[in-house]
Amino acid sequence: MTVATPPLLAASALSFYRQDEPVFGPLQFELHPGQLALVEGDNGSGKTTLLRVLAGLLHVDEGELFWRGEPLQRDHCAAEIVFLGHQLALKGDLSPRENLHIAVGLHGVRDGMDPTRALREVGLAGYEDEPVRRLSAGQKKRAALARLLLVPATLWLLDEPYANLDRHGIALVNRLLEGHVAAGGAALVTSHGAVSFHGGEPQRIRMHA
Amino acid sequence: MSQAPLGRACAAVLRRDLTLAWRRRGDIAMPVLYALIVTTLFPFALGPENALLQRIAGGAVLVTVLLAMLLALDGMFRSDIEDGSLEQLVLAPQPLALMLGMKILAHWLTTALPLIVIAPMLASMLQLPAAAMPVMMLALALATPMLSLLGAVLVALTAGTRRSGMLLALMLLPLCVPVVIFAAGALAAAQQGLPWIAPIAWLGAALALALVLAPLACAAALRIALDA
Repeated sequence: MTVATPPLLAASALSFYRQDEPVFGPLQFELHPGQLALVEGDNGSGKTTLLRVLAGLLHVDEGELFWRGEPLQRDHCAAEIVFLGHQLALKGDLSPRENLHIAVGLHGVRDGMDPTRALREVGLAGYEDEPVRRLSAGQKKRAALARLLLVPATLWLLDEPYANLDRHGIALVNRLLEGHVAAGGAALVTSHGAVSFHGGEPQRIRMHA
Repeated sequence: MSQAPLGRACAAVLRRDLTLAWRRRGDIAMPVLYALIVTTLFPFALGPENALLQRIAGGAVLVTVLLAMLLALDGMFRSDIEDGSLEQLVLAPQPLALMLGMKILAHWLTTALPLIVIAPMLASMLQLPAAAMPVMMLALALATPMLSLLGAVLVALTAGTRRSGMLLALMLLPLCVPVVIFAAGALAAAQQGLPWIAPIAWLGAALALALVLAPLACAAALRIALDA
């Protein structure tokens, strides 16, 4: 028996209501460092809502969240969570590099990383100084993914990271996730498509409408 | 790993907003042109008598600047809500109120400061006596941040509604009344050669209060807007 380390993030009987209508729940799951969880469900089953609750954008209606075994407090874990939603938080008038500078300013930066390198790794070399509004939807997504590489977060909350991406882009997301998980990070990913992930069997969280 | 220090986060937010404003510098010119045109309307409407214009000059410039600021207010958080930047600001480890304070500062620098710069020109178009000019500048320097802060709270409160421009004006203008009374009171006193420090001190006190409370109120209102 090894000494049990507390899970990075745990939810117990987590539910969310919108005007007394249940959106999801009750949900029960544990996410350990080095683990990937796929949130699966049909459109409207509350995948995005779950991620927004976990990120702290929506309040928890019922149930509890635990961060490293302690009741979750936003002040303590905000620096360790990065959220990538449908809205990519990119400013059209700024270049990808300038957009990443904001993320660095707010969240700090991983050792040995810088915006130029992160952009190169997501395949945007040569587009660093182009205004984001001139990029394609897939390139914008890649610019947003570069933020994941750049900021030192343990938990990634990714809402539909595969949307708008081509074959290489999908491979890129898988590669980013594999690298993150291998480095001891954890990720919660929503997707209604098939995901081919090669870094071990991901945990699956089923959402019921 | 290196955590982002608070100062750097503030600088990053401020720099981004100023860069964005600079990329769209046409928008900065808009309130300035508006104030210029409104001021030229006064002599046309009231007749070009110096004595009359002198009497209304201070108040007219004050109200014109206020209305010009209202024009640009509505966009303070809109693009950030639409593109998700606000979510990232809310989720950032830094205190949201401080980050919003930086945004309000950037907004004041890009909308109110140009208006303060042209205010002496507006005032001299209306024949404001040169002696009252420094008091007017002082009153504007205290009144405009006040309006930016009050406006920011209302923009945050109306963040969820579509076409909030008119609603915003209806909500903000009544709140401006004390600001206008004290600023205009100081100006009138200065023009009559009376002591004007008391109303200015009141404005300063109100600004100090707003500086502390408005960003907090703004943060709470925006959290509610995102939670909907």
